Parts: sequence; structure tokens; C-alpha cells
Amino acid sequence: MSIQILMPALSPTMTEGKLAKWLVKEGDKISSGKVLAEIETDKATMELEAVDEGTIGQILVKEGTEAVPVNQPIAVLLQDGESKAAIAPAAPKAATVAPAAAPKPVATVAPTTEPSYDKTKIQTVREALRDAMAEEMRADASVFLMGEEVAEYQGAYKISQGLLEEFGAKRVIDTPITEHGFAGIGVGAAFGGLKPIVEFMTFNFAMQAVDHIINSAAKTLYMSGGQMGCPIVFRGPNGAAARVAAQHSQCYASWYAHIPGLKVLAPWSAADAKGLLKAAIRDPNPIIFLENEILYGQSFQVPDDPNFVLPIGKAKVERAGDHVTIVAFSIMVGKALAAAEQLAKDGINAEVINLRTIRPLDTETILRSVQKTNRCVTVEEGWATCGVGSEIGAQIMEQAFDHLDAPVLRVAGKDVPMPYAANLEAMALPQAADIAAAAKAVMYRA
Amino acid sequence: MATKKAAGKNGASGLKPEQLVQFYRDMLLIRRFEERAGQLYGMGLIGGFCHLYIGQEAVVVGLQACAKPGDSVVTSYRDHGHMLACGMDPNGVMAELTGRAGGYSRGKGGSMHMFSREKGFYGGHGIVGAQVPIGAGLAFAHKYKNDGGLSFAYFGDGAANQGQVYESFNMAALWKLPVIFVCENNKYGMGTSVARASSSPDFARRGDAYGMKSMSVDGMSVMSVFEAGQEATAHVRAGHGPVLMEVHTYRYRGHSMSDPAKYRSKEELQKMREHHDPIDRLRAHLVDIKAMDDEGFRTLDKQIKDIVAASAEFAQTSPEPDPAELWTDILVAA
Repeated sequence: MSIQILMPALSPTMTEGKLAKWLVKEGDKISSGKVLAEIETDKATMELEAVDEGTIGQILVKEGTEAVPVNQPIAVLLQDGESKAAIAPAAPKAATVAPAAAPKPVATVAPTTEPSYDKTKIQTVREALRDAMAEEMRADASVFLMGEEVAEYQGAYKISQGLLEEFGAKRVIDTPITEHGFAGIGVGAAFGGLKPIVEFMTFNFAMQAVDHIINSAAKTLYMSGGQMGCPIVFRGPNGAAARVAAQHSQCYASWYAHIPGLKVLAPWSAADAKGLLKAAIRDPNPIIFLENEILYGQSFQVPDDPNFVLPIGKAKVERAGDHVTIVAFSIMVGKALAAAEQLAKDGINAEVINLRTIRPLDTETILRSVQKTNRCVTVEEGWATCGVGSEIGAQIMEQAFDHLDAPVLRVAGKDVPMPYAANLEAMALPQAADIAAAAKAVMYRA
Repeated sequence: MATKKAAGKNGASGLKPEQLVQFYRDMLLIRRFEERAGQLYGMGLIGGFCHLYIGQEAVVVGLQACAKPGDSVVTSYRDHGHMLACGMDPNGVMAELTGRAGGYSRGKGGSMHMFSREKGFYGGHGIVGAQVPIGAGLAFAHKYKNDGGLSFAYFGDGAANQGQVYESFNMAALWKLPVIFVCENNKYGMGTSVARASSSPDFARRGDAYGMKSMSVDGMSVMSVFEAGQEATAHVRAGHGPVLMEVHTYRYRGHSMSDPAKYRSKEELQKMREHHDPIDRLRAHLVDIKAMDDEGFRTLDKQIKDIVAASAEFAQTSPEPDPAELWTDILVAA
């Protein structure tokens, strides 16, 4: 019986990949452990090794094919005595199917006061982040990138792809695994007149470095009577990825938003990612730039204009509505928009605000919306206690109490460390249905 | 790698008498300044934590004499001496201690947090050991800009057991950063002696693990420190990477003003003051070589006394910060 070789999932967030190269051809005899192909995942190029022995009967997916879904058959392995003819009828149809359609750009329905750009292009968040860094590094020789695996490995999540080749080892620097140390070196370099971008492989590891972020980067301007600015960007993925459990799945937005002297940004779309990262690198202050691993591979329309940049401290109304305000940031914006679509079917017209910046918080945009809708739901992946939603609720209570027709509700991560099991993880994280239910609750609708 | 220098070696450093007089003057300024700061603290004019440098003056004076314009300096919270050695204005330092508008941080930093970009002094850091990676980062900037500068990163024997110190050693050695790590071993991390805190008390040897040039120096002799500093700066400026210099010194006062220093004997302190005091030793040497006569010493003492008195006066007459200062310097206007 012939064996189908399937497209493997080679990272926790990989749903599809590129079949970069075949290292075997039809008719080759292979033994287990033989490298069959190179697969590009969302993070890296990986080698696919044979598990079973046999002869390559048929290659189903040509090399160079992009977006091959995980578990799609990519080749057929013949066992001893089998002939190629034997498998012809059984060749899975999927093999001839065109690569999966490019991810649909998420439509932005809402009016926006931002300058509009005539030309846009579809980019992933990953590409947008890379382009933002590359453009700012071209523009300013004092900008450099340091972190674990940012150079030769091309980024643990492939964010810094191509930067080493373009800017060289002086400006794209692999560090040892030593977050506390290299965060401090970054701060020192910023004091010394450079503009470091410090990548944390994830923000979970930035807890090792939190003293330098807060005590050294955020507070020194004040403690020095204004002499010692610290123009630095700390960036990396924040929050839950997929099935990596408690120590690798925490949202730090409220932690950093607590600190005067920091600015905290959390992009959702690729346009957010590009425009905000460029603004962050140009900003003379320490910036916490919270990315999201699951968003890295998602595609959006991005203005195709060298001058595109977004203002720090301005939220964006992603979807206009007048019944209820939903305030979200990062990956939760997508979930809030999905909830809004569900609500629309029930005749509820939700306004969805993408915060983009957590500190300084754009309370003006939130309050303007709440004055219109009189109801508000906040959404975040992190825990509710002392969370971003708690702050938004307090601001609304202090500044728009008389406009409220219902208490502000917080949809947040469950008050537990992140579980590993798929079902429990999904329960721990806010889902579109939770957001829709909260929106209905503040409208007193079942 | 460790090159031991004989303790107390006041060798032929090629120093001219006027340079030695300058060292004497600089050490005496720190001593008198710190004594006055202690006095103002006792009067309630200085608040919070106040860590005096008395006894350790030779370290920073000897090393900063090897610095060039454009070099960077960073240290811990025991920082008054370093600021004076960097040429910062005693008035601005003392007024910061009293929390006044005329202080280097306009009253918002205090004893532990002062800075002067103009003089290359990057603080004044209150978290034990945090200044070490910052110092490596300043060195990183010198190398990146290729400006020929180097960074002096001072820390104590207490900080020498912080993990981030070794993270910094590793990266500095790996990247050949122009930095001199100066471990001021004053024998006590707050109230805990080196013997009670460090499995291996020979801090200079800890550089060996990183292939760093390591030195062990008598920090009670300004000439020994200067000689070692010349060797270290030459090594670093030649592009050979960082140096770890352990400097054996002693603080006469407690860890901070509120520390009665019951953890050590009076005899131990007395012995250091009587037989190893860096200022007395240099003075004796200056007399020996007839670099200065009694009249000269008297004149110098008077000059120092006047500078310190003026700083104390300034620190008490400079106004408190304007209430509006509460809300300034949180972010740089973008």
C-alpha cells in the first residue's frame, strides 16, 4: 500500500507553508531520516525528513508552491513491489488543486480621519514590520536591531528577514540568550546617542529585562531633569500564540501601560504594524511595541507610500456603529469585528475601536463613541484585574458617567494561567461569541 | 590573564609632581565634599539615601585621570565622587542632594540619580548592577560611532554577584567593546562582607572566564590606580576589548547614612584610616619628593574648604523646584 507524505506542521502557529525545494525526485529510493524537501514555515525554513522507507512514486506538489495547507499530501511513497501505475488512480485530488487562495484582506468599513493613500498593497504583518524597520534603518544610520536570532537566523519569527544582508552585522546583531543584559546594553546605547530596536523573541522573556525597561529606560529622563532621553524600541510578540501554555502566553499590555515614561503600542493590521513601528523608531522615547504571533502571517492592505506613518496615541474606528462601542487592541480587533458581524445579523450595529496605542490612551475617541452609543464593551487577551479594560471603564465612568445606559463590561482572558489543552486554551481566551454576548448584555438583549 | 599588582606599590609612574598635586587636590575635594554632605544629611537638609565615598577617593581620581574628553562614565548610587572626578560642578551636585532647582537633575533625582551629558557622566543608578550593562551599552555606542571613546563602568563587590554583570562581561568580550569594568571592592556589600557573599572572593579572576584582560589593583594608592588605568585604557583604545579591573579599597562610613556599620570592628576601620588612607599616603609622598610645602598644603586646604562651603551655601539657597516641575521630563516631545 503506498504511503502519502503530507505537508507537515512545523511550528505551533503554522497552518500552511511553502514547499521550497524537493531534494528527491520520482524514482529515488529513500530510507527513513533522508531529507526529502525544504519547507518554509511562518518562522523558518525546515527540512522534511522521511519517516518510512520506499521509493518516491509521485511528487504531488511542485517545488516553489506557496501556501500549501498543513496535512495536504505532497508526495506518494511506494512500498516494495508497488509500481507507479498502482497509485495513479489514488493520487489525491488535493495535489492538483491550486495553492490556497491568498488570505483575504480584512475590509475596513469605517470612516477614518487619517490621510488616505491612493495606492495600497497586500502585505502580511510580518512583511510590514520588516519593511518598517528597513525603511527607518535606511533613513537613519543610528538605528540598529539587536536580539536573539535576528540576524543569521533571519528572526525567530522571520520578522527581520533580509535585514542582515542589507545592513550588515554591525547594524543587525545576534545577541546571546541574555535578555537582562542586552536590554541594558540597548538602554546604554540609547543614552550614548543611538536608536536601538531591541527584539525580544517574545515579551514573556522581557520579564527578565523588565528592570531595565522600567527603571533604566522609562525613568531616567525624569530623574535626570530632562537630560537623558532614551530613544529605544522594545518589540516582539506579546500574548498567547497557540498551544504554548502559561509561561509563553501572557499579555503584558497593562503592565507596561502602568508606567509613566513609556509609550505602549499594540498594532492589529499590517498597516498598523508598519505605520506605528515607523513612528515608534522615530520617537525620542522608550516604546513598548507589542506584536502578536498569530497576526504575523495575516494579510492586510497597506498604504504603498514612502511617507506612510501613523500617529502614536490615536485610536482608529475600524467599524462605525451607533448601538454599542467595542474597544479592542491587537488580535482582539479581528475578533471584535467578527463579533460585530454576528451582532449585525441581530440588528445590532456595533462600533469597533482599534486602540493601536495603549499608552497614551486615546480616551477622546473612546468617549466620543460612548457618547453616541451609551454602551461599551472592552476586549483584551490579558487578565481583567487591573487590565486595560479596567482603565477604560474607569475613564468612561469619570468622564462620561451620565452618558452610560449600562455598566461597561470587560471581556478578558480568564483569570487562570494559560492552559495547554486546545479546548481549555480556547476557553481561556476571549472569542467573538463572548464579545457578542457581552455586547448584547449591555444592550439588555438576550 | 589576571595580572596582580603588588599592594601599595607606589612605583615610578612617570607622574610629574604637578599631576600628583592635582590627584591630591581631587581626592581632597571629594573627601571634604562628602564630609559636608554627611553633615547636611545630619541636619535634615539631605533626605533619603545618601552613600558616601570617603575612603575610596583614589579609585575614581586615579582612573578618571586616564580618561579623555568624549569618554563615558557610569556608576552606582555611591556616585558623588565620580561626578566630582568627572569635573561636574560641586554646586550642582550638592544642590541635587538637597533637592533643589539648582541641582543637576533639577531636584528630581537626588543623591543616586545625577547625570551630565556634557561631562560624559551617565549616572548615578540606584539598582545594584544595572549600570554595568548600561556601561557596556555606552561602549557599544562608542564602537558603533567609531568615535574613539571608551566607557568606564564602576560597580561594587556587592553588584559583582548580580547576573547581569556577567551577561555584560560576556557580550563586551564577545563584541570587543571598549569598556573598563571597574569593580570597587570595598569589602562590604551593604553589611555583608565579601567572604560571606562570594564563593570566590577574587573578583579579578572572574574576567578570565570571558577571556578578558583582568587586573587587581591597590585602590588605596592613587598612583597604583593611575598606572593600572593607563595600562587598561591603552589596551581598550587599541581595540583589544574590555578590561576587568578589581580595585581593593575601603569605605570608612557605613553603606548609607543610616548604617552604623556594626558588622565590622573599629580596629579594622582604624587600621585602614591610619595606615592606608589614600590622601595621607599621597600627602606623605608629596612631602617626600618636596612637591609641596606646608604653606602649599594650607593654601590648597583653604581652596577646597571654600569650594565645599560655597556648594553647601548654594545647596541651601537654591529654591525648591517649581511645582510645575512635577509634570515635566516624563516624555520627550516627539
